[in-house]
Parts: sequence; C-alpha cells; structure tokens
Amino acid sequence: MDRMPVWADVVLIPLISLLLAAVLSAVAIWAIGENPWEAFSLMVDGALMRSSGWGYTLYYATNFIFTGLAVSVAFHAKLFNIGGEGQAVIGSLGVALCCLFIPWPHWTLALLGSTLGAALFGALWALIPAYLQAARGSHIVITTIMFNFIAAAFLNYVLVNLLRPVGAMEPASATFPDATHLPTFRDIFAGGEGVLFRGAPANVTFFVALAACVLVWLLIWRTKLGYEIRSQGNSESGAKYAGISPFRIIIVAMLISGALSGLMGINVTQGEAERLILNSAEGAGFIGIAVALMGRNHPVGVLLASILFGFLYQGGAELAMWTSIPRELIVVIQALVILFTGAMDNIVRWPLERVFMALRKEG
Amino acid sequence: MTLMTKILGAAATGLALTATASFADPALIYDLGGKFDKSFNEAAFNGATRWAAETGGEFKDIELTSEAQREQALRRFAEQGFSPVITTGFSFSTPIANVAGDYPDTKFVTIDGWVDPDANPNVLSIGFSEHEGSYLVGMIAGEASESGTVSFVGGMDIPLIRKFACGFAQGAKAVNPDAKIIANMIGTDPTAWNDPVKASELTKAQMSQGSDVIFAAAGASGLGVLQTAADEGAYGIGVDSNQNYLYPGSVLTSMLKRVDNAVYDAMSAGADLETGVQVKDLSNRGVGFALDGYNETMIDFDTLSAVYAAAGDIVSGEIEVHDYTVDNTCPAVEF
Repeated sequence: MDRMPVWADVVLIPLISLLLAAVLSAVAIWAIGENPWEAFSLMVDGALMRSSGWGYTLYYATNFIFTGLAVSVAFHAKLFNIGGEGQAVIGSLGVALCCLFIPWPHWTLALLGSTLGAALFGALWALIPAYLQAARGSHIVITTIMFNFIAAAFLNYVLVNLLRPVGAMEPASATFPDATHLPTFRDIFAGGEGVLFRGAPANVTFFVALAACVLVWLLIWRTKLGYEIRSQGNSESGAKYAGISPFRIIIVAMLISGALSGLMGINVTQGEAERLILNSAEGAGFIGIAVALMGRNHPVGVLLASILFGFLYQGGAELAMWTSIPRELIVVIQALVILFTGAMDNIVRWPLERVFMALRKEG
Repeated sequence: MTLMTKILGAAATGLALTATASFADPALIYDLGGKFDKSFNEAAFNGATRWAAETGGEFKDIELTSEAQREQALRRFAEQGFSPVITTGFSFSTPIANVAGDYPDTKFVTIDGWVDPDANPNVLSIGFSEHEGSYLVGMIAGEASESGTVSFVGGMDIPLIRKFACGFAQGAKAVNPDAKIIANMIGTDPTAWNDPVKASELTKAQMSQGSDVIFAAAGASGLGVLQTAADEGAYGIGVDSNQNYLYPGSVLTSMLKRVDNAVYDAMSAGADLETGVQVKDLSNRGVGFALDGYNETMIDFDTLSAVYAAAGDIVSGEIEVHDYTVDNTCPAVEF
C-alpha cells in the first residue's frame, strides 16, 4: 500500500493541525473583541520568555508526560485506558501515605519510596478494570471512566474523614515533613537563591518523567514483553496463534499504564502542593489522551506534545491574568488543539495523502 | 534585590503593554468557584467595582482554573507591583504563607483564610464572626416558626459552615428553649456549593419533619433551598448577600456577611493598609441581618426589638455566642 513519507506523518500533519487550531482560536479571540496577535505574544512571553514561565510549562508538561505515556502503553495493546485521572488520584494517595507515615531521612529516599507507592497504587487501581476486561469482557473504556468517579469519591472520603488535620477547613492532608520536599528547579539551577525559576513548581519529577520516556521506549521496542504487547494490539488472533496469552497481556499492559498514571501524583502532591489536596489530578488524565494521540504513541512524540500542552496551560494562565479574555475561552483554545490534533486528524491527513500520492505519480 | 526583581519583571512583560500596571493598583483573586457565583466571590467583585466607581481607580482580577495557579497569580501580581493583593476563600492560607515572605513590599489580604501575622507581617487575615449574625437570624427564625421546628441546610461540611449552623441553633433556642433544630449538609466536596437540586431535596425532607423556617448557608445551592421554601409555603433565610428580593414574602431575612465591605475597605486603604488579623463582627457591622422593603412587614416589632437588644448584648459581651471553630463542638445542635 502506498504511504506518505514518515516525516510528513509525524511532523507535517501535527504542524498543519496546530496551525488550523491556531487560526480558529484567533478568530474566536477576535470575535470577542480582543487582539489575537497580542494574546499570542502574551502567551509566548509568559510561558517561554521567562524562566519561571518555563518552570510552569515544564511542571504541567511533567503531568502530561506521565498520563500520555500511560495512555500510549495501553494503546499499543489496543486498550483505551481513559481512567488516567482516577489512577493519578489514587497514585497521589499512595504518595501521600508514603510521605506522611514513613519517616524518610532524605528526599532522594523519599522520592524512591513515593515512586514505588504511586506506581503501586495507580497499578492496583487499573488492575480491577483490567481483570474485568480480560476475564469478563467488560469494556475497558466504560470501566476505566467509571473508576474515575469512584476514585474521586474515595479520595474525598479519605481526606475528609481520615487525613484532614483537626479544625482544618479544607479537605486536604497535613503538610508533608520537610525531609520529603523535592528540590525545585530553582534549588537545582539557582541554588535556592536568585530569581531563576523563582516560584515555579517544576521539580526533579521532570527528570523522573524523562526517565519514564526512555524506559517506555525500551519496553515497547526493545523487549519481548513490548513485542507481545504490540502483537496483541495489531492482531489479537495472530498473537494468540503465536502463543501470547491475551489475558496476561491485558493485565500487564494495564498495570504498567496505571503505574505510569499514578506516578503523576509525585509531581503534583509531593513536588508542588507538598500535601494531598482533593483536586490533585486536575484533568491531566484526560489531557494525556490528547497527548498520546498527538504524539503518535511514541515517547518522543508524547514528550513534545506534553510540552505543547504545558505551554497552552501556562500561556492560558497568563491570558487570564492580563487580558479580559475569560477563562472559558482559554478552555476553548485548548479544546480546538485537541480536536484538530486528536479527533479530526483525518481532515488534514486525507488531503495531504492525496497530495503526496499525486506527487508520487508525477515523479 | 526586590527592586531589581521588579525591574526585571517589568522588562520581561514590556512586550505586552496592557500588562504593565501603574504603581500600587489593587488586585483581586477569586477562588475556584469563579467570579459570578451569586454569593461569596461575587460579593468581593461587587465591593471592588463599588470602589472603582467611587474613586475612579482601577483593579485587576483573575479567575483561577487550577490549584497551581494560586501561588502563580499571587507572585505575578506582586511582581507587577500590585498592592494590596486580595484573595477570597480559605484555600489561600497556605499559598499566601508560602509567597508573602518573598515580596515584603506587597500587602496581601486573605478573606476567610488565616496566615500567622508574626511570620508574615505583610498579610492581613480577615475573618468574620458568622456565628453572631447567624444567632440573630436564628432568633428571627425561632419567633417566626409556628411548628417550633427550624432547620439549616449547609453546603460543604467544613467547620466554617458548622459555625453558621451552631450560631443559628443557639439563636433559635434563645427565643424558644424547646425549639427542635434539624441541620443537614449537602456534601463533603466543593460540588456541594453548586447543587441546588440536592439542596431542594434536603429542604423537602426537613419540612416533612416539621420545619417551617429554613436557613441556607450553601453558596449557589442555597437558591434551591429558598425556591423550595417559597414553593411549599415555608420561610427561607438567605446568606452572605442580601437575598430578600429573590422570593418576596417567603425569604424571611438574610444573614449578611459583608465581604464586599471588606474588599472595599482594603482597596480604599491601598498601600497604607494595616496588616495583621481583623475580625469583622456585629460591632463593626461585618455581619448582620437584612431588613428592607421586602421583609419589613414579615418581622413584627417585638421580635425586632428583641433581636436588636440581643445584638447589643453580643457586642457588650453579655450574650456569648459559641464559635464552633474554637473547639469543634456545638452545645446547641447535633451534626
């Protein structure tokens, strides 16, 4: 079958989709009486031209890398895990329990412990839908999204009734002990002094996320298990014929996926808030789906798409602060990007494929 | 150092001219509930617009979309030279405590939050004595009730809301020691502030237990309480802002919490704002009850004079209204 060159698939299509989304966003901003160019330069200025802007962009990106990787690992096995939100929430609970109840001597050990805690809790939360899919055929899309609500209600119960300090108004846990606080980018790159990255929440978890990218790449393309996951995703009957157990692959792929989502909890809970708050996932589980779609389920793509969405989040915050563009319109801009890069991929793909086919015939 | 930061900050945003502020404009940060919640945050917005209209001044405001933006918004406004930076909602206590030390020249205000004034001398924490205002509307409710049963619908089950309920129950018992008081909370998470349907169901359940005066302290959910009370022929009592006009003839009164005045006063003081801890209570009219053209015929003269007398006694200390948040107990009602 004739196909487009790879560079067109991975570079040209996302770029054109982004451009379309940007044009429509500009029209929307212009329609409510604001200057699109000014808004765009404000976003770039706030998110990329200042070190603390980068600190926020990378902080949001860290969340999206984890959830994006989670969605893509499951997707390689043709499992659509849209429960990243719930798995991240439960992962955060794992982080909080680790930090609150184990007296860590140093943050490096605490990070190791909370990584295990987050991965374990996230994986366990994904295990139930995985088992239901593998053994009972209950569709994973339905079960994982329903588990998001159960996770939210469960965390709510735990925070209000068990972890909330006496007399506190907010449904949040106590602040974690000092020894568990992770170094921020400011501590790393400016020695805790100076204005570089001041106030920005980006922290060492970003490097954990980069490591996760490498590990996922190794897993999917360089191990036997990764091969089995991809075989299952491409053809379940073929994989079965080759002696690969679908039951085992569904469970294992979902465990890895849940663990990756759960890891997001380190960034938000231990890295930023330094306590467990009710709203700990903040929709990053769903952004992960868009990130995985846009990144073509490849770790490098996920990384780049995460940074793009980090930019949109941070730039959006700047817009809300300095213009009268309402926060709802910023959600519209983010939605347009998701719509064009994820859901309506074919709008760009079909015409482009035809162009390439035509060129090839002439050549 | 701070001056340097300001210059750097100003230079960095010089690209967008609209972003630079003239020195010491005030800024207002709403909680996640948003600006137009018909209740708490909107009261803050109203106070700010009143200040802007009267003085011709300008203020900047922002609605947040994520938790991480709390600190970010505080820092960005401080870097740009806004002062005072006013926040609504108790969730800002921790972010302000984290940020205030880095910007000693900026004044921060938290409404409903609490920040240690010794550790952060540039922060003003404004608290309200909601229990005192609730006591007064509790008295009015106790007098108006024919069945001897009054009830309370709270939003999210947090100590702050229990403080309302506790004062209300004490007030009702002060005029009718045999009064039966029912208290229910809509939920335990922030969606409880915006669930008028469930609020309405709770109201109906309370009425079936005999309640004929219902006090709502539930943000936007309270509208469900007032509407149900109006539909079913009971009395409702509004909260925070004056809600008497919503259902004339049914809304008995409203417990006022003058967030608008707090914002107005802070903006008027500007850079000279006195920091520390401020308690807005009956004596400085931070709380109270609403009496206007809609309800003046609904409350008889004897009740009014008793309520005013009680208000005087609370201010002088003769009546002590129990504050739930002091010891997490309430002598007047079970939760």
